[in-house]
Amino acid sequence: MEKEHVQLKQLFQQEFSKMVAVISKIFGLQHIEIAEDIVSETFLLATETWAAKGIPPNPAAWLYTVAKQKTQYHFRRNKIFEEKVVPAIARQEETYQEAPGLDFSEQNIKDSQLQMLFAICDPAIASEAQIGLALRILCGFGIDEIAEAFLSNKETINKRLFRAKEKLRAEKVTMELPPQQEIPGRLNNVLHIIYLLFSEGYYSKTQNEILRQDLCLEALRLGIMLTEYEKTSGPKTNALLALMCFHASRFNARQTADDNFVPYEQQNQELWDAGLISQGLHFLNLSAQGNEISSYHLEARIAYWHCLKEDTPEKWEAILQLYNQLLLVNYSPSVALNRTFALYKANGWQVALPEAEKLKLENNHFYFILLGELYKNTDKSKAKSNFQKAFDLAKTQTEKQRIREKMEELN
Amino acid sequence: MKDFALLFRQPSYDYSKTSPEEMQAIGKKWADWVGGIAAQGRIANGGTRLDLQGKVLKAGGVVTDGPFVEIREILGGFIVVKADSLEDATTLAHGCPALDSGGSVEIRPIFVV
Repeated sequence: MEKEHVQLKQLFQQEFSKMVAVISKIFGLQHIEIAEDIVSETFLLATETWAAKGIPPNPAAWLYTVAKQKTQYHFRRNKIFEEKVVPAIARQEETYQEAPGLDFSEQNIKDSQLQMLFAICDPAIASEAQIGLALRILCGFGIDEIAEAFLSNKETINKRLFRAKEKLRAEKVTMELPPQQEIPGRLNNVLHIIYLLFSEGYYSKTQNEILRQDLCLEALRLGIMLTEYEKTSGPKTNALLALMCFHASRFNARQTADDNFVPYEQQNQELWDAGLISQGLHFLNLSAQGNEISSYHLEARIAYWHCLKEDTPEKWEAILQLYNQLLLVNYSPSVALNRTFALYKANGWQVALPEAEKLKLENNHFYFILLGELYKNTDKSKAKSNFQKAFDLAKTQTEKQRIREKMEELN
Repeated sequence: MKDFALLFRQPSYDYSKTSPEEMQAIGKKWADWVGGIAAQGRIANGGTRLDLQGKVLKAGGVVTDGPFVEIREILGGFIVVKADSLEDATTLAHGCPALDSGGSVEIRPIFVV
C-alpha cells in the first residue's frame, strides 16, 4: 500500500503540471485557478475510484479523460465564462457550444508547458514569486513542500502565489511564446529562474534531503525541456545544464548521515555521480558554440574542473583564469573570495595574502576563513584571530564547528 | 565612486622574439592583474574594455581585420576602474604589467557631462 501511495504521489506530481498547462490554454492565465481546481478534482476522483477499483492500466489516459469531462462541465456551468469568455469568443465570431477539445497529445503537452514556463518567467512578476509559482504550477509541488523549501509557512506561500497570479492577470500575460526577437531576452529570465530554483535545492537550509534533490531535479527537467526547442536551446541553455549537472553530481557526497555538509576537500569521490558528470560534459561541449561567453559558461567550466579531484597546478591555474573572467562578467563578493582562493592554490599564499587583504569583506565570515587559511603559513596568531572573527560572524552550528576545527588544527 | 581610465603604454610591442611560454606568462600577468582589481569590485561598467574583433586602419588606407596578436591590442589599451579620487585610482594602477617592460600607465578621470 505504501509503495502504491508513493507511486500515486509521483504520478500526480508529474501530471499536475502537464494538465494545468494544457487546460490553462483553454481558459487563459486569468483563470489559472480553474485549471488547478479541475486537476485537483480529477486527482481526488482518481484517489477515491482507484482505492476501490485499483489503478487502471493507463493511469494518465484515465486522468486526461476525466479532466476533459470536468472541463466541459466548468465551461458550461461557470458564470465567469458566460459573462466574460463567451462574449469574448463571440466577438471573435466563433461560437462554442462546448469547450474546445482538450488536446493531451505529447506535442501539445510539451508546447503548453514551454508556454507556461515563459509566462511564469515574465519579467513583470517578482522573481521570488516566480519561483513559488514555478514550483506549484510547473513542478506540481504542494504548498506544504514549497513552504518547507523556503523555510516559510503555508500562509506566506499562499499569499505569494495569490499575488503572483494577480500579477499575471493585471499584466494580461498570455500563454504564447514571446515574439521571435524577444525570445533571447526572455530566455535570460527563464534561465535565471531555473538557476534560482536549482540553487534553492542545492543550497537550501531545509533538512529535507529528498525535497532538495527534487528541487534540483525539477530545475534540470525544465532546462532539458528548453533544449527540445531550437529557439530556446542555445549555448547559454546548454551551459546552464552543464553547470547544474556538475553540481548535482556531488549531491550524495555533500551530506553526511547526520546532515552536516561535507566540505569539498573531504568528499568521498566515489559518491560523485559519474553519469551526471558525463551528461554535464555533453552539455558543456554543446555550449561551446557561438560568440558569447556568459557567466553560465564560466561557472560550468569551473564546476567541471571541480569534478576532477586531483589537485594539480594546471587545474587551479585554469580555475583562476576562469574566475578572472567571471569577475568581469558578474562581480560578487563570493566570486571574489573564490577567485582569491584559486589564486592561493595557483600562485601560493605569498601572492594571495596581500590581494586578500585588499578585499575588505568585513561582514563575510568566509572572508575571515580565507585570511585565516592564508595566515596559517606565516603568522599563527593572526590566523587564529581571523578564524575567531569568522567564528563570531558565522550563523549556523555546522559552520561554527568547521571553524573550530580549523582553529584546533593550528595547535 | 567615479570612473577613471587606465591607459597602458609600452616602448615596444615587438613580441616576435618572445617564446610561446613567455607570451603565455605575460598573458597570465595581465589577466591576474586585472583580476585583482576586479576582485576588489573596482572594474567599472561591467568591465568596459575593447572587443577582440575589430579593424586596424593604417596609412595609405590599408585596413586589416582582427583578431589581434599584440598584447596591447588584446587588452584594448585601457580599462575603466572605479575610485574615489585620482590618488585612489593611481593606487589601483600599481603592479601593472606594462611597467615591467619600461612602460607606463596613464590615469585619467572620465568626463561625465
